[in-house]
Amino acid sequence: MLNRFVAAAIVIAGIVYAPVTRAQTTPPRQSGKNIHRDGWDRIVPEPPAQTGAPAPVRDLTGIWEPIPGYRDGVFATGPKGYPSDGKPEHELPFTPLGLKTWHEHKPGFGTTAVPIAENNDPFDICDPIGFPRVELFNLRAIQFYQNKNQMAIIYQNDQVWRNIWMDGRELPKVDDVPEPRWYGYSVGKWVDGYTFVVETVGLDERTWIDNVGRPHSDQLKVTETWHRVNHDVMELTMTIDDPKMYTKPWNALDKFKLGLQPEWFDIREQVCAVSEELDYTKTVAKPVDAAANKK
Amino acid sequence: MRNKLVMTFLVAVALLSISTSLFAHHGNAAYDSKTMTVKGTVTAWVWTNPHSFLKFDAKDDKGNVVHWLGEWNAPSTLVNFGITAKSFKPGEEVTVTMRGMAKSGEPIGRVEKVVLPDGEELSMGNER
Repeated sequence: MLNRFVAAAIVIAGIVYAPVTRAQTTPPRQSGKNIHRDGWDRIVPEPPAQTGAPAPVRDLTGIWEPIPGYRDGVFATGPKGYPSDGKPEHELPFTPLGLKTWHEHKPGFGTTAVPIAENNDPFDICDPIGFPRVELFNLRAIQFYQNKNQMAIIYQNDQVWRNIWMDGRELPKVDDVPEPRWYGYSVGKWVDGYTFVVETVGLDERTWIDNVGRPHSDQLKVTETWHRVNHDVMELTMTIDDPKMYTKPWNALDKFKLGLQPEWFDIREQVCAVSEELDYTKTVAKPVDAAANKK
Repeated sequence: MRNKLVMTFLVAVALLSISTSLFAHHGNAAYDSKTMTVKGTVTAWVWTNPHSFLKFDAKDDKGNVVHWLGEWNAPSTLVNFGITAKSFKPGEEVTVTMRGMAKSGEPIGRVEKVVLPDGEELSMGNER
C-alpha cells in the first residue's frame, strides 16, 4: 500500500514539474536558428507568454526585454524614432551648435560613420555608456526593483544600474546639480496606476545620446514614460529636450514595447572590459582598417 | 596537389552586400562586400566583448602560413545561435566562410559560418 502511494506521488510530481523542466531544458543546437537563451543558457520563450492578466497597480517589478524580438532594442544606427539613415523625416532639429557637435563626433554607424581609425566614440574605450544611451543603444534585458522611495533599474547593457527617486524630492534645476553624472539625477512619479514618468538631468556631456553620436549639453532633460499596458507588456516613450543642441524636444522612442520575462530569467553578463576592448582594437579593429594601417 | 591537411584557400569572391549589421559600436566601414571561404586550423577562439573573434592558420597557394582572423558578433548574441565559448578548440580543422573582407587587405573577415571537423555547421543564418 505504501509502495503504491509512493509510486503515485512520484507520478504526480513528474506531471507537476514536467512543464517547468521542459521550459528550462536546453535543446540541441540548430545552426542558423535563433533560439533565445538567458545567462544560464536556458531557453527563453519568445515572444514571452501572454497571460492576458491586467497590470498590477503602480508596479513595474520584474525582468523585461524588447519585444517581439530580444534584439529589437539594439538600435545600432540610432533610436527607433530617429535612426541616422539620411531620410528627411529622421533629421533631428539641430541647433547650429548641435549640428557642429554632432559632426565632431565620429561614430561607427549611421550617415556620419567613419572607419575605426577616426572613431572617437567614448564607449569604444569603455567610458560608461551613460544615460540615455544605455536605453538608446543595445537596450537588452532590464530589471525593475521598487520600494516606496525608489525605483531601481538594472541593465544587461554594460551591467549598470540607475536609481530613480520617488520620495517627493524635487528634480534639481539643470544649472543647480551638485556635479554632472554619467547617469544623471532622476526623479519619478506615478501619474496614474500604470504610468510612471521619470525626469533626468545633470548628465555628463562626455556621453553620446545614441550610437551614432547625437550630442547633448549640460541642459539636457530626458523624460521617460513607462506605461504598463497590462501584466505582460510595457511601453517606453523617451523625450529628449536640450535647447542648446536641439530647437525643440524630440521623441527618441515612442511606445517602444518590452515584454515581461519569466521569473527564472537570468540576465546575461555584458560588460565593456578595458583589457578586452584594447585587445580587440589592437587585434581586429585597427588591422582591418586600411586608413589605420597607413598610420 | 597538396596534402589535404595542408590548408588552402577554397573559394574566392562573390559580390554580396553587407546587411544592416548589429556589430556593436565600432561599425563595419572597414569591411568590403566580398565573400571568401578558407579552410584552416584553429589557433584561438577569443570570446570577448565587444566582438568575439576566431584565429586560424591556413596556407596560401604558395605554401606560406597565413594567420587568419574571423570577426564575429558579441557573445550575448552568438549564444542564441548555439555558438558558445566552447565552440572551437585550438588544433581543430575548420572551414570558415567570411562575408565582408578587410579593406586593408589584411587576412581578416566577418564570419558568416564555420563548419566543424564533423561537418556540423555554426552560423547565424541570415542574421548578422
